[in-house]
Amino acid sequence: MSAVTAARPATPARRRHPGTVRRWVIGVVAIVVSFVVFLVPFVFVLLQAAKSPAEANQLGFTLPTDWQLWQNLRAVFQSGESGIVRAFVNSAVLTVGSVLIMVVFSAMVGYVLQRRPGRWNGLINFFVLAGLIVPPAIVPTIWVLQGLNLFKTMGGMILIEATFGLSFCILLFRAFVATIPKELDEAAVLDGAGPIRLFFGVVLPLLKPVIITVVLVQSVAVFNDFANPLYFLPGSENATVQQTLYAFQSQSVSQLNLLFTDVLLITIPPLVLYVFFQRQIVAGMTSGAVKG
Amino acid sequence: MTATLTTAVAPPQTTKAGPGPARSRMRSFYPAWFFIPAIALYVVFFAVPTFAGFWFALTRWTLFDQTFIGFDNFVRFFQDPQLVSGFVHTFEYGFVTSAAKVVLGLALALLLTSPVLGRGYLRAVVFFPVLVSTIGIGITFKALLDPFHGIVNGILGSVGLPTPGWLTDPALALWSVAAVDVWKGVGIATLIFIAGIVAIPQEYFEAARVDGASAWTIFRNITLPLSRPAMGTVIILSLIGGLRSFDLIWAMTGGGPGFTSDVIASVIYKQYQAGFYGLSTAGNVVLFVVVTAIMVPVSWLLNRKEPEL
Repeated sequence: MSAVTAARPATPARRRHPGTVRRWVIGVVAIVVSFVVFLVPFVFVLLQAAKSPAEANQLGFTLPTDWQLWQNLRAVFQSGESGIVRAFVNSAVLTVGSVLIMVVFSAMVGYVLQRRPGRWNGLINFFVLAGLIVPPAIVPTIWVLQGLNLFKTMGGMILIEATFGLSFCILLFRAFVATIPKELDEAAVLDGAGPIRLFFGVVLPLLKPVIITVVLVQSVAVFNDFANPLYFLPGSENATVQQTLYAFQSQSVSQLNLLFTDVLLITIPPLVLYVFFQRQIVAGMTSGAVKG
Repeated sequence: MTATLTTAVAPPQTTKAGPGPARSRMRSFYPAWFFIPAIALYVVFFAVPTFAGFWFALTRWTLFDQTFIGFDNFVRFFQDPQLVSGFVHTFEYGFVTSAAKVVLGLALALLLTSPVLGRGYLRAVVFFPVLVSTIGIGITFKALLDPFHGIVNGILGSVGLPTPGWLTDPALALWSVAAVDVWKGVGIATLIFIAGIVAIPQEYFEAARVDGASAWTIFRNITLPLSRPAMGTVIILSLIGGLRSFDLIWAMTGGGPGFTSDVIASVIYKQYQAGFYGLSTAGNVVLFVVVTAIMVPVSWLLNRKEPEL
């Protein structure tokens, strides 16, 4: 994974090369283009979120004549039916619960899968990959949830998200466990550790870097998930933030400013994570991707 | 399918020691029951629904009672023009977004591995959309692409270019959504290509430069062939995402206008909403078949020269 995170220049700096001017030109052009293509949409969201309803409806890329960001934020938080506060709580519970389960369960699998050569490993690897590729069958999953009395419950939704994230996490953990010397396990065993203490006391703490990566990547994924809660957790009292956004879009055509305030709000958590943990997130996304 | 396990970067060193007596004694310290919690979740919430789906796809189903109707759901799926168009769009959408991500991702990775000005900033902004809510992005671009007030048409109109209804023109809607999909997803493709290019030993580039190779020759004969594992990863990943994609289409067009931007995933949702659970599940089976039928040969082709992990 370190090879991914190490963002060293691919080509050594070519000093005294006539390409210096060209490099500057390309750089400036790239920065301008990236600003227009990648940043303008986000600036647009911010501007829309600060406008009055009438101005927001014009969809212009203009500064608001009267900055109302604060009022809009208050309006979004106070609007009773849409319940953004409740939605944030729901999203937080869902994210924390499912990521916790995912991390513990898949660390256990990735560890034993890597350490213990066995007849069944091939089969397990096959199912892990199937879990990445095969789209979940929607209505039959609802049928299972209903059979277990878990349909429309947060508990059921947490288990579903945890299940759908297992494959990705197992691959990351298995690859990382391979980098921990087996001699360490043997030393711990000689010191009298049993299987449980060996894993939870010795190996798990060593997995910290990959755990951080998995937690970050999967938190973003679960927090942003729209389709699964749409199917498996219907009902306004259960709505996650993505659901409120979608509901907002369908109801309030006349309140585009509040809609974009909502968009702004749900963009902030990933942005904060990205600012603080860019390296780990990128490592997880690419190495996870690399395994996919 | 294990063949998909290629790495864009060198795989971590596996400790491969022979099964000596100490090793076999260690076996009992890696208990098999560690698999059980994960297997339980996987079987109950993933495997059982998937296999049950093959049965329910053959029924008229209300969740409470079911009538076996043979292949009627599938016949309907491939006769009803709106369902067939969803089927075709899935392929178009998957292949176009995947191809665009490969080309743009490689181009951006080449730019961002060269000593270009503001490289850190560029990497950060290209990647950030990957982390943002798909629904949020859909809503934002729906406003930006608005035929009358949207910024995109505002700019196009001001320089005298045509201003089409990006999301309202039946011929364009699917492709507009695909373009936004590429915008959101190109960051991850770029990063995977960067990882692949950075892993190429510097000696190759230096030797080629000493021999007087042009930038194009270096790209064609060193960078491109040696970043093949990364390319395989990008293709596989973006195809899986593209063929299954639902959120963005649903947020931007809802499958419309008409059903001109429907894909299998949105058909599944629509039939579910309408209460045709059997038909919806048949759609799931079709999607399953489409995804596996494409992914198995593609990953085999892309990985056949790579060692398996």
